[in-house]
Amino acid sequence: MYNHEILSILGENGSGKTTLMNMISGIYHPDEGQIFIGGKEAVIHSPKDAYRYKIGMIHQHFKLIDVFTAVENIVLGINEGKYDLKAATKVVQETCEKYGFEIDLNKKIYQMSVSEKQTVEIVKTLYRGADILILDEPTAVLTPQEIDKLFAVMRRMRDDGKAIIIITHKLNEVLSISDRVSVLRKGEYIGTVNTCEANESILTEMMVGEKVSLNIARTEPQNAKKRLSLTNVTVLSDDGRSILKNVNFTANAGEILGIAGISGSGQKELLEAIAGLQHLKSGSILYYDPFTGKEENLRDKTPMQIKNLGVRLSFVPEDRLGMGLVGSMDITDNMMLRSYRSGNGAFVHRKAPQDLAKRVVKDLKVVTPGVQTPVRRLSGGNVQKVLVGREISASPTVLMAAYPVRGLDINSSYMIYNLLTEQKENGVAVIFVGEDLDVLTELCDRILVISGGVVTGIVDGRGATKEELGLLMTKAHHSEKEGAAQ
Amino acid sequence: MSQPQKAKHEQLLHISKRAALPMWKSWLIRVLSVVASLILCAIIIVLFTGDNPIQIYATMIKGAVGTTRRVWGLLQNVAMLLCVSLAVTPAFKMRFWNIGAEGQVLMGGLATASVMILFGSKLPPALLMVVVILASIVAGAIWAVIPAIFKAFWNTNETLFTLMMNYIAMQIVSYFVYIWSVPKGSGKIGVINAATQAGWLPSLGKHGYLLNILIVAVLTVAVYIYLKYSKHGYELTVVGESENTARYIGINVKKVIIRTMLLSGALCGVAGLLLVSGTDHTITRDTAAGRGFTAIMVSWLAKFNPLYMVLTSLLIVFMQKGATEISTVFGLNDSFSDIITGIIIFFIIGSEFFINYTVKFRSSKEVAAQ
Amino acid sequence: MITSFLHRAVMQGIPLLFGSTGEIITEKSGNLNLGIPGIMYVGGISGVIGAFLYENSLTDKSNPNAFLIIAIPLLSCLLGSFLMGLIYSFLTTTLRANQNVTGLALTTFGIGFGNFFGGSLITLVKTDVPSITLSLTSKYFAKTLPFADKCGWFGEVFLSYSFLAYFAVLVAIVVAIMLKRTRVGLNLRAVGESPATADAAGISVTKYKYVATCVGSMIAGLGGLYYVMDYASGVWSNDAFGDRGWLAIALVIFTVWRPNIGILGSILFGGLYIVHNYLNNLIPMNMSTQELIKMAPYVVTVLVLIAISMRKKRETQPPASLGLAYFREDR
Repeated sequence: MYNHEILSILGENGSGKTTLMNMISGIYHPDEGQIFIGGKEAVIHSPKDAYRYKIGMIHQHFKLIDVFTAVENIVLGINEGKYDLKAATKVVQETCEKYGFEIDLNKKIYQMSVSEKQTVEIVKTLYRGADILILDEPTAVLTPQEIDKLFAVMRRMRDDGKAIIIITHKLNEVLSISDRVSVLRKGEYIGTVNTCEANESILTEMMVGEKVSLNIARTEPQNAKKRLSLTNVTVLSDDGRSILKNVNFTANAGEILGIAGISGSGQKELLEAIAGLQHLKSGSILYYDPFTGKEENLRDKTPMQIKNLGVRLSFVPEDRLGMGLVGSMDITDNMMLRSYRSGNGAFVHRKAPQDLAKRVVKDLKVVTPGVQTPVRRLSGGNVQKVLVGREISASPTVLMAAYPVRGLDINSSYMIYNLLTEQKENGVAVIFVGEDLDVLTELCDRILVISGGVVTGIVDGRGATKEELGLLMTKAHHSEKEGAAQ
Repeated sequence: MSQPQKAKHEQLLHISKRAALPMWKSWLIRVLSVVASLILCAIIIVLFTGDNPIQIYATMIKGAVGTTRRVWGLLQNVAMLLCVSLAVTPAFKMRFWNIGAEGQVLMGGLATASVMILFGSKLPPALLMVVVILASIVAGAIWAVIPAIFKAFWNTNETLFTLMMNYIAMQIVSYFVYIWSVPKGSGKIGVINAATQAGWLPSLGKHGYLLNILIVAVLTVAVYIYLKYSKHGYELTVVGESENTARYIGINVKKVIIRTMLLSGALCGVAGLLLVSGTDHTITRDTAAGRGFTAIMVSWLAKFNPLYMVLTSLLIVFMQKGATEISTVFGLNDSFSDIITGIIIFFIIGSEFFINYTVKFRSSKEVAAQ
Repeated sequence: MITSFLHRAVMQGIPLLFGSTGEIITEKSGNLNLGIPGIMYVGGISGVIGAFLYENSLTDKSNPNAFLIIAIPLLSCLLGSFLMGLIYSFLTTTLRANQNVTGLALTTFGIGFGNFFGGSLITLVKTDVPSITLSLTSKYFAKTLPFADKCGWFGEVFLSYSFLAYFAVLVAIVVAIMLKRTRVGLNLRAVGESPATADAAGISVTKYKYVATCVGSMIAGLGGLYYVMDYASGVWSNDAFGDRGWLAIALVIFTVWRPNIGILGSILFGGLYIVHNYLNNLIPMNMSTQELIKMAPYVVTVLVLIAISMRKKRETQPPASLGLAYFREDR
């Protein structure tokens, strides 16, 4: 790692990038090994130590205090000199001008957008005199324009002599911003190459090891019929911004509809709107019941009301332990989450869920000491199997899955792909939100691309190219910009 | 240079969360902590009295269970404390910090007393009993549901709200105590319906506490079953663990919060009923006698399990009774029991750390080698 | 009469002001210390013990050392309440115990401690009344400003208090400035809002929690001392301190965690506590109505609590991590 350069740390999800960086910034302790800074061994036991070595880390989840102003957050934890916010504001303002940050320093954090918060984080580390900046997945939450701005700032910082480490799993970003790339795979260091000598295929190979052909068995949709159709769906956030704008699409029985987009483009809200967890500003969600042939509007119904209509909707949410499951409950009780209301009387019946738990453990090869184990103690892949197993067991007519393979190893991922395909063959309308474009193009029959809450295109999964999807994923912002300009 | 050294020094102790301990080990730690606290208490007692600690503990046991009358007294007190503990437990399982049990018990007791006073001679005994029971339950439930409604709709901090409600309840009780005081202006109600015994719970057994104890025993089993096997119990556990999950599976979180607090308050109301109609036959602002607060510790120490709560409430009442005996025999002050109780609870609270975390000691050599 | 009412209201308010200022510092570090009532008891009784020992060691009761007679009770009060704060900090911060349970246990312990030693001292001196009187010490603690009675109503309302009362106001102002304008205050607020963020910024969360809780306890303890030595003229009787500790916690909410508002708030609460005595002279009322009026501080506090939760203004919310233990690797 040199001054005057931007190093990318590249690796798949769960390859140990974040853990490594947390170690450098003093949050975790290495069990063995050393860290060298400026040729000398550095002992970093706490974030404080890291600051002393002029290391600044910008986390994925911002470490800012909501009720403080930007400048209060920036000076927080600095113990030198007189405490003078006005003077500090001036100094910070100068730093901002030097690198081209645009920010109101007296604004409270809770009034800021994500990109503003990130700016505060970066300015904070600079103000502390950091020479080594570590950015953990900084682009995940940004729009393409904001990414461009960020990269421009990063280049200016590099030219000023800072060493910058950017952690990412997006190849195009690596190639466009960094000078060198280090690749990690499953916690192991694979190698470092100069970016000018690298291209996507070299990096991919380093990242995934031997070239993996995904080879997902995709069957032709049989007898595809309308199952769910959304018309002009608009959802507002708490602070009144629109998260989904006039979304229209139809999900058919017997096919997998993929949803692609930069994370935070409204995928989560879209699924939650269908599941009855988001309030719709406008629009309708029509469900075509395959048994009765009736149409039902699911708009503004609670999950309970949707269920009572006879709509068999299964939903594998992104946040497995925070939403899909209860970490401290055992597998049986988690199976019961969907079914505990069944049966007469005031008491729950544990027999059926227990049988189901045993079946899921057996069929999906969940590694667990038993069905009485709290799911929190299972590994990520096994947690996901429990969740997907439960959702599928309800023999759904619509199955929604958000990032179902995130953090899973390759075998578990395939098991999930196969399960989704199996459901599709059974005539279920499957909606799959993914982040890996290769998977989307090999698994899905149709792919809907969403960008900034707007559907920018629906393409056939069999003919789609990654370039085409990538273009659509950034499209809306341009039209939005034009709109703003008018 | 001094700072890196200090950093090294900190690393001598490394604390991390541990995977679950086997049941027997965690209970061993808890028992050891009680033993350790008893030893500390013994040392303190010896400092004050200069007597043989074994003799002191013998006095303690004698004080708690020395005679039949004392055993009954002990059981009655355990029953009362347990009843309030049962009441707060569903709320705690839902992560709703109901520290307003004191006030809810008082309101239940006040409702009991007011029905006894106002209708004692007007209603036939059976009907009066029904009205007394209903009034106490409703009063406790209302007092508990007020903070619950604000929590459910506006996320008002329930710890502080329920805490304040205690003192409002106390003042309301004081108000009525003055209004109904006998003789007028004395500031005391005295035994209500002493002659007719109207509205008194029938007294069973030698010392008249058997009915209270039986009622609480039934409630213990009922609350245990409610929490473990009922749909409601399942729902409130899910709400306590993760509100997001609860919404995801279609639980109406607001409804569960309000319903659970209604139950919690209703059980407090029952405790008020048992205290006023079943034990004291009068009411003062101290009728709850701090049980609302002690119950929180009882429930928490028992990991919100009603069956373990029998043990923890027994432990606390036993220590209190025993310590009271020590203070009389050795000429110490009554409040000695509070000190002993405090110390024991500190130890048990502290022991939870060793159940949930491991502390790794590293030798300084190891650190230096790094 | 209004002047004497204000005078009494301030006297009543001072223990609450000490208690709430102490609790504000503690809560700003994220510790909801429900042990404050117990700590104030311990502060009071520790001062009483110190004073008792000193008074009894005097051979010439008419001429005590003016410095020692103040310093000994003061220091023993600070020591006692400091130790209480230390117990709470050790259990909640180091051992990460539940704050509500620990606080309530501390209150049980503290009130028991106060009544035990109070009771023991009472037995020791063998008086007829169940109280112990330290009139000598109290004389020094209750000394008012020398020119107070020469300034008419102004003197009675503003000057006629002992040094501890002015100290309470001073502490509240200093703490308010500290929280708002100093680095220590910024760091402390950060610890209470988000210990993980503070930790990442290099602030020692453990240190701040310990110091804030212990200093807060010591300030609250002074409230107990003031109550015995000045307000109650050196008379300790068991349970006389009553529910003032809880009232101090109510005051914290009432002032939305601002000690400077606490100065007026404490006088208001103090006034509400005694207003029935004065109203009684204007409109005769019976004991029962007085009890209802005593309810006012709690009702007002509940209303404030409801109002701040409905308005959802971020600046008036309780510290975000209030009541939660922090464990660095727990993320």
